[in-house]
Amino acid sequence: MATRDVKLLGTWSCPYVNRVQLALKLKSIEYEFIEDNPYNRSEILVKNNPVLKKIPVLIHGNKPVCESLIIVQYIDDAWPIGPSLLPSDAYDRALARFWAAYTDDKWYPLIKMLRQAEGKEEKEAIIAKLAEGLILLEDAFVICGKGKDYFGGENIGYIDIVLGSSLAWLRVTEIVVGVQLLDQTRTPGLAKWAERVISNDVFKDVLPETKKLLELHEKIQAFIKSST
Amino acid sequence: MTEVKLFGSWYSPFSRRVEMALKLKGVEYEYIDEDLSNKSPLLLKYNPIHKKVPVLLHNGKPIAESSVIIEYIDETWEGPSILPKDPYERAMARFWVKFLDEKCSVAMWKAFAIPGEEGEKAKEEAAELLKFLEEEIKGKKFFGGENVGLVDISANFIGYWFGILQEIVGLELLTKEKYPNLCKWIDGYINDNFVKDNLPAKDKMNEVFKALAQPGFSGYKPKV
Repeated sequence: MATRDVKLLGTWSCPYVNRVQLALKLKSIEYEFIEDNPYNRSEILVKNNPVLKKIPVLIHGNKPVCESLIIVQYIDDAWPIGPSLLPSDAYDRALARFWAAYTDDKWYPLIKMLRQAEGKEEKEAIIAKLAEGLILLEDAFVICGKGKDYFGGENIGYIDIVLGSSLAWLRVTEIVVGVQLLDQTRTPGLAKWAERVISNDVFKDVLPETKKLLELHEKIQAFIKSST
Repeated sequence: MTEVKLFGSWYSPFSRRVEMALKLKGVEYEYIDEDLSNKSPLLLKYNPIHKKVPVLLHNGKPIAESSVIIEYIDETWEGPSILPKDPYERAMARFWVKFLDEKCSVAMWKAFAIPGEEGEKAKEEAAELLKFLEEEIKGKKFFGGENVGLVDISANFIGYWFGILQEIVGLELLTKEKYPNLCKWIDGYINDNFVKDNLPAKDKMNEVFKALAQPGFSGYKPKV
């Protein structure tokens, strides 16, 4: 597959973009990465995602696909050769989709909310919700992983990609807020899984380094302060 | 012998979508109607995380979230395809469903439910969003082409429920003048022999929506 055939519009620091990069890498698909500034949307983005005007956008032979979960599933469908990202069993697939939706709709948004929260009470309320969510995800790991290393079993799968891509900002949030969110005692399975994921070569290649993200976070905070 | 049960609510569009999918595939199922203001222990057992309908139970295994359930139904049973087979078309269908549920319906509901400036803003937003659907349906009988597909099934709120809401409050948002193609699709949709069997009666919906205006009613609301 020629590199020109597959393009990804995104930015290095966005976990939704990282998901797509992970999927492309796992399938050994070559692509051109086009860095898009999330604060100043480019023409190519608006042309390819006129409805939502958001990254990531995958452009495959001039056809755009939008929304990270949809893109990851598309990559799995369109490139059937290579490791499957979604499970082969229909019920397991339903569980994978359920937990991906849960992560996106209920759990991950709390991380940014925590960073932006003001006041001890507000922070504590969000931390409690995050902790509850992690316990649910710990159970999900037991059910979906079936005792193996990843949610996808022996190999990295859909939930590993979706939840794994959140680990970079999770770590930065822990540092910035001064709290341990993912811990060995409350969610041992998940904590071990997270260590496995961040030391995996594919994830190491794609997920941004904590140091770089922290610098970006500080830049964003400074920008917000200077414009208020 | 497979056993299929559906926990639903007769006036929930999400629940009705799953019923449409099951019927399209000719699946026999036991239907359990939930009182959403007093959810059954079984529902809470099978969907402890969201505690919502619909929940499908297949051979004792529960699945929640209508879009997840519909894809499961499409993959498990023979019969007409609900999602397109082509990977790109599938991605587009999933995109429109997400757009409908997370953007369009939310703005439309707010335009109906929230008074004052916020409601007006929501109405403007909804008016812009509906233009994308108007463009998408141009020249097509259904979003799925010749036959009802995933997007048509998932657009039931816009196709039917919203029309009733509009009338109740005299909201002029989804009109023939502004959205001729979309309204043509609506006419075809609600009169389609298969679809109309899966729409709750208008007079009963009127009662539900009027009750929604009363405090303490915890019935259907889209994700707001």
